[in-house]
Amino acid sequence: MFVRLVYESFRRQKRRKLLAGAAITLGVTVATAMIAVATDIGDKINRELRTIGANLVVTPQEDSLDVEIGGVNLKPPTDGAFLDEADLPKIKGIFWHNNITGFAPMLPVNTALEQSGKRQDVTLLGTYFAKPVSFGTDQFTTGVRSTYPWWKVSGAWPDDSSRDVLLGERLASRSGEKTGDAITVAGRQLRVSGTLSTGGAEDDEIVAPLALAQEILGRPGAVKRVYVSALTKPEDAFARRDPKSLSGAIYDRWYCTPYPQAIALQLTEAMSHSHAEQIRQVAQNEGAVLTRIEGLIFLITLAALFASALAVSSAMATAMFERRAEVGLMKALGAGKLAVASIFFAEATLLALIGGLAGFVVGSGLAHQIGRSIFNSDISIPPVLLPVILAIAVIVTFAGSAAAIRRAVGLDPVFALRGEL
Amino acid sequence: MSHSAQDLAASRAHGPHTSMFLRMLVRAAVLRRGRVVSALFAMVVAAAVATAMLNLYVDVQAKLRREFRSYGANIILVAKDGASLPAETLARVDSVLAGRGIAAPFGLIVARTCDGQPIVVAGTDFERVRQLDRWWSVSSWPADLPKIPTSRAESAREMGHPALIGVRALPTVSPKNPALKDKSFDLSFQGRTLHVSPAGTVQTGAAEDSRIYISLADFVAWTGVQPSTIEVAASGSPEEVAGIMNQLTQAIPAGDVRPVRQIMEGEARVLGKTRATLLAAAALIILTAALCVLSTLMGWVFDRRRDFAIMKALGASGRLLNGFFAAEAAMLGAIGAVLGFLVGIGIAAWIGRVNFHAPVVPRWSVLPVVLAGSMAVTLLSAILPITLLRRVQPAVILRGE
Repeated sequence: MFVRLVYESFRRQKRRKLLAGAAITLGVTVATAMIAVATDIGDKINRELRTIGANLVVTPQEDSLDVEIGGVNLKPPTDGAFLDEADLPKIKGIFWHNNITGFAPMLPVNTALEQSGKRQDVTLLGTYFAKPVSFGTDQFTTGVRSTYPWWKVSGAWPDDSSRDVLLGERLASRSGEKTGDAITVAGRQLRVSGTLSTGGAEDDEIVAPLALAQEILGRPGAVKRVYVSALTKPEDAFARRDPKSLSGAIYDRWYCTPYPQAIALQLTEAMSHSHAEQIRQVAQNEGAVLTRIEGLIFLITLAALFASALAVSSAMATAMFERRAEVGLMKALGAGKLAVASIFFAEATLLALIGGLAGFVVGSGLAHQIGRSIFNSDISIPPVLLPVILAIAVIVTFAGSAAAIRRAVGLDPVFALRGEL
Repeated sequence: MSHSAQDLAASRAHGPHTSMFLRMLVRAAVLRRGRVVSALFAMVVAAAVATAMLNLYVDVQAKLRREFRSYGANIILVAKDGASLPAETLARVDSVLAGRGIAAPFGLIVARTCDGQPIVVAGTDFERVRQLDRWWSVSSWPADLPKIPTSRAESAREMGHPALIGVRALPTVSPKNPALKDKSFDLSFQGRTLHVSPAGTVQTGAAEDSRIYISLADFVAWTGVQPSTIEVAASGSPEEVAGIMNQLTQAIPAGDVRPVRQIMEGEARVLGKTRATLLAAAALIILTAALCVLSTLMGWVFDRRRDFAIMKALGASGRLLNGFFAAEAAMLGAIGAVLGFLVGIGIAAWIGRVNFHAPVVPRWSVLPVVLAGSMAVTLLSAILPITLLRRVQPAVILRGE
C-alpha cells in the first residue's frame, strides 16, 4: 500500500513532481559545478602560476661562489663543479614526478663573438628548447619553451640537435646581426635562427642548444644549473621543519607532501653531487596567491551551496503547501501522523535521488565546460563527489519539506477538506 | 476585530478614493504575514548573494594585485651601457611613483676577500628592500641591531659596517667557522678596504645567495660607485603600470626602463582566469537565487487566486488588477533589494576580511543593478500567474475548482 501510494503519486502528479524535481536538479547542478571547480581550482591556478618561471633550482653540491653581475659571469667558465646531463631524466623519476611540469638545464659559457676581425665578449647560454627526454617508458618533452613561456622569439626556435642559436634582442641590435645570418663564435660558424626577447639578462646573450655549449666549453655532459618547475603545496609550519629532526611516520608524511622543500630534497637525492633549493621569490609568493584564490573560491562555493539549498527547500515547501487537501483526505481516512509523514518523506527522498542524479550529470558537464573555456583543460570530477552530492540533495530536500510536512500533518482534516485554509 | 474596524473607520473618515489602492496593498501584506515574510526572505537572500558576488567581482582584481606585489619588482631601471645612475635618480623615481609603489636601489661591484677571492658586493637600502623583496629569508636585518650611541661612534667603526651575507658566500668570508656570525672581516676594492661585520644571513635561492649586502651609504663612501639598478614595484592595473613606465622613461634619460615580463604576464593570466571563474560562479549563483525568488513568489501569487477572483467579481478592471499585483511585487522587490544590498555588503566585507585581510569596499554602483534586477524578477513572477488567472472566470476560482 505504501509503495503504491508513492508510485501513484508520481504517476498522477507528473507536472508537480517535475517542477520540484527541476528545482532540485538546478540546485544540485550549481552545487556540483561549484564543488568540482573549487576542488580543482588550486591545481589550475598552480599551473597558471608556473608561467612566472621555475620555482626550484638544482646546482652542483661543491659549487664555488658565483661572481656574476647582470648575467655576466666574471669567473673562468671551467671553474667549479658541474652536474651530469645524464642525470637529468631522473628528475622525472622522483616520488612527485607527476608534479614536475618541466625543467631546463643551463650552461653559461664565456666566449667571444667575432665580427670582421673584432672580438666582443658575450655569454653563450646552453639549454634545452623543447627536447624529447625519456625516463623508463615515460616520454616527455621539456625545455625553456615550456618553463619560460614569456620568452618571445621572432624567427624560429632552434632545434635541440642543430647548430642554430638565438640572439638576445639587445645583443642583436648592438651587433647588427639578423635572423638567418651566420655568426662566428669561438671559431665556429653558427646560424641565427631568431632573436630572443625575455626582458632579462638573456637579451644580452646568445642562447644555444646545450650540446653546442658543452662543445665550446670542452666539457661533454656538463650542466651548471637546472631550473625545475613543479606544482607545489603552499608552505606551512610543518613544511618548514627540518626533515632530519623528523622521525618515522612524520618524516614519511613530510616527504610525501609536495612541499617545495620536500621536492627539493627528492631532487637532491635523484641527481648525484647536487643541491636543490627553492627559488624563494617564486615558491614563497606562489603559496600566498594560491591560498588567497583557493580561499575565495571556497567561500563562494559556500554561497553557491547556500543559494541552491534555499532554492530546493523553497520549491519543496511550495509543493507541500499545495497538497494540504490530500493530507486532509488521508487523515480523514484514518492515517496516523507517522504514516502521512513517512509517505511524504519517501516521496521527497525519491525526488531528491532522481533530481540529484540528473543535477550531478548536468553539473559535471557544466564544470567541464567552465574548465575548457577558462583554463583550456578539463576539470576532473572525483567519483566520491556523487554520493556526497546525493546525500546533500536528500538532506536539503528533507529540510525544505520538513516544516511544510509538519504543518500539513498538524492540520485538522475538516479544514483541509473544506478548503478553508 | 474591533481594532481593525476602528482602523477601517478612521481611514474612511479621511476618505480619498485613491487611498483604497494603498490600503489594499498594506492590508494584503499585514494579513498574510507568514507568506509575505517568506517571500521577502527569499528576495533578501537573493539580493544579498547577488550584491556580494558583484561586489567581489569588481573588487577582487585590486585585492589580488596587492598579493602579486609581494612578488617584488615589476619594473627594472638599469643604467644605460653599464654606467651608474646619477645620484638623484632614486628621488626622481620616488616623485614619479608618488606613493603608487616602492623602489629600491642596487649598486654592484666585485670586491676581494682578505685571501684574494672575488665576491660580489651589493649596496642597497635595507628598509626599502625589506618592503620590496618580502620573500628574502633574512636571519636578522641590520636595522634591527641595537642602536649604538653616537658617543661610541668610534667603537662602532671598529666593530665594522653591518652587512647581510648570502648563505653561499658565508663559507668564503669565514672559511674556518661558517656558523660564526659575529666575526667581522675585511673586503678590498681598488686598494680601499672596508671592515664589515655580519648582521645576518640572506637566503633566496637565487643570485642574492652568493653576494654580500651593505648599506648604500657605506657602499658609495667606500667605492665611489653610484647604484646602477633600481627595482620598482609599481601598483595598479596594467595600464597604470605602463603609464608609470612611460613617466620613468621621460624622467630618467640616463636609464633603460624594462618591464619584468614574467611577473606582469603571470599576474595578468592568473587574474584573468580568477575573474572569469568568479564571473561564472556569480552567474550561476545569481541565476539560482533569481529562480528561487521566482518560484516562491509565483506560488504566493497563485495562492491568492481567491483575492483575485473576489476583486474581479466586485468589478475591478483588468488594468487595476494588473497594477495592484505589479505594485505589490515591485514594492516587495525594492524592499528586498535594499535589505539584501546591505546584507550583501556585509558578506562581501566579511569574505574580504577573512580571505584578504582587508575589507571589500562597498560599491554603490552595484545598488541600481541589484534594485533593477530584483524588481524585474518580482514583476515577472507576479505577471506570469496573473495572465494565467485572467483567462479563468472568477466564479470557477471562487467555487474552489
